[in-house]
Amino acid sequence: MEQVQNIVSDRELQGSNLQTQEYFINVGPQHPSTHGVLHLKIKLDGEIIEDVDPILGYIHRSVEKMCEKLSYRQIIPITSRMDYLSAHINNQAVALAVEKAMAVEVPPRARAIRILMAELTRIGSHQLWWGVMGMDLGALTPFFWGFRDREMITEMFEETCGTRLTMNYIIPGGVATDVHPDFIGKVKNYIRHLRKKLPEYDEILTGNRIFIERTRGVGYLSPEEAVSFGCTGPTARGSGVSCDIRKWHSYDGYDKLDFNEVLFNEGDNLARYKVRIKEIWESLRIIEQVVENFPEGEVMGKMKKVIKLPKGEFYQRVETARGELGVYIVSDGGNTPYRIKFRSPNFSNLSVLKKIVVGSKIADMVATMSTLDLVIPDIDR
Amino acid sequence: MSYIENILSTSVSLLKGMKMTGYYFSHPKEIYTRQYPENRKTLKLPERFRAELTMPHDEFNRHRCSGCTACEIACPNGTIKVLTYMETTPDNKKKKRLDTFIYRLSMCTFCNLCVDSCPSDAIKFNQHFEHSVTERKQLTKVLNRQGSTVTDELK
Repeated sequence: MEQVQNIVSDRELQGSNLQTQEYFINVGPQHPSTHGVLHLKIKLDGEIIEDVDPILGYIHRSVEKMCEKLSYRQIIPITSRMDYLSAHINNQAVALAVEKAMAVEVPPRARAIRILMAELTRIGSHQLWWGVMGMDLGALTPFFWGFRDREMITEMFEETCGTRLTMNYIIPGGVATDVHPDFIGKVKNYIRHLRKKLPEYDEILTGNRIFIERTRGVGYLSPEEAVSFGCTGPTARGSGVSCDIRKWHSYDGYDKLDFNEVLFNEGDNLARYKVRIKEIWESLRIIEQVVENFPEGEVMGKMKKVIKLPKGEFYQRVETARGELGVYIVSDGGNTPYRIKFRSPNFSNLSVLKKIVVGSKIADMVATMSTLDLVIPDIDR
Repeated sequence: MSYIENILSTSVSLLKGMKMTGYYFSHPKEIYTRQYPENRKTLKLPERFRAELTMPHDEFNRHRCSGCTACEIACPNGTIKVLTYMETTPDNKKKKRLDTFIYRLSMCTFCNLCVDSCPSDAIKFNQHFEHSVTERKQLTKVLNRQGSTVTDELK
C-alpha cells in the first residue's frame, strides 16, 4: 500500500492531470501461470495489486463424498488424483491410516519401498516445480531440464507400478507388487546422474542475477503468518517454521534414517526456492541410505481380503512434496468409511497468497504463486 | 551495489548460463529427445504398464472367465459389466457362464483392481496406449470373442 501511495504522490508532484482508476483482471481459470484451473480475481492500481480473490471449485470432484461409497482399497486410486505430483505419498497417507486402525504390521521391505517411492516422488515433484518456476520467470531451459531428469523417475515408476502419474501402488498392508528386478540398479544409476546434474541447476537458474533480483525480498511471509494460516511444507520452512512431518511425527521408518530438515529464515521467494533445491539433495541422501540396506522378504503384510475398520476415528499425517497431508477417517465398523476428510497442504498454502502479494507488482505475483507450488486438484479435491 | 557492478555481475551470470547452453549444444549425446510417432515400431513399454484391459484367448478360442463378477464389484467407477447366463451341465448341475464382458474404456482409470481381484487370471492389461477413436461408442468394448467358451479346467 505504501508503494501505491508513493506512486500517487509522485503523480501529484509532477502535476499530472491524469485520472487513475482501480480495475479488475481475471487470471485463469485457463491460464498457464496458475498451473491449473484456479481463478484469481485481481484488483489492480496500475501494475500494483490491491486485492486478490481466489475462486475455487473449477475442478471439484467431491473426492471426500465419493470415498464414502468406496471400500478402503478403492479409495487409494482416487487419492492419486488429488495431488497428482505426490501420488505415491497420497496413497501412503490412506494406507497408513487404515493400517493404524487395523494395527497391521507392514513388512520391512514394503516400508523401504515406500520410502524410496515417496522420496523419488518428492524429487520428481520438485524438479517439475523447478522447471515451471523458471518458465514463469521467463527462462525456458529449466523447464526442459526439469522434465528431462523427471522423465527418468517416471520411467522407473512406469516399470514398477505400471503407471507414470496416478500410481495406486502403496496399498493398505504394504505395496501392490514387488519392485521390478531392474529397479534398484536404476535408482543407483539415477542418484549418480542427479548428483552430476543438480549443480547445473544452480548454475543456470539459482546463480542467475535476473532470477535473484526477481525473487529476493519478494513475497515475504513471516513465520507468524505462516503458522496462523496453516502453511506447511517448503512454504513454511522457507520462513523458518520447522514442520517436517517426517521428523516430528515419523512414519514408515523415517526416524531410522539420517537426514536434515531444510530451514531458511528469509521468508521470501528465494528462500522457498532454496528450500526445495536443498530438499532434493536431502531426498537423495535418504534414497542412498535405503538402497544400501535394502531388506529382502515379503512386500505385503497380513491383510484380510475385505478390509473392515473398527468403530472409531483415525488420523494420519504425512509429508507430501508440498506440505502436510492429513487423512481423517471416521468408521462405523463397516467396509466403507462413514466420513473421510483430507487436510490438503495446498489449500492452506493458497490462503496465504492474498497476504503476501498485496502491494507487489503483478509480475511478482506470478513468481510468488510459483514458489507456493500449488497443485489445484489438491485444493478443490 | 553500484550500477556498473550490477551490470557486470549480471553479464557474468548470464555468460555462465550461456556456457551451460553451449555445453549441451556441443554435446548432442546428452540430448534425451525421442521422436514419438516415428519411433512407434521400436517403442517398447514396460510389461507392467497398464493401457487397455484385454481377455486373453487360447488357440481354441477359449477364455478363462468364469463369470464370477469379482472384477465388476472391485471396479471403483463401474467400468466393467459382466453379463452371465445359467447353463445346465451334462450331469444336471447348474453353472454360471459368461455371456458378454463389457468394458468401457472411456470410464477406466487403469487402477488394476479388476486384474488383482480376478481369481482365475482371466483378464490382463496390455501395452497398447493409443486409445483415440473417431466415435465415443467405439470405446465400449466386448472383451470375450464371438463364439468363445470357457477353458475346461473352469467348467
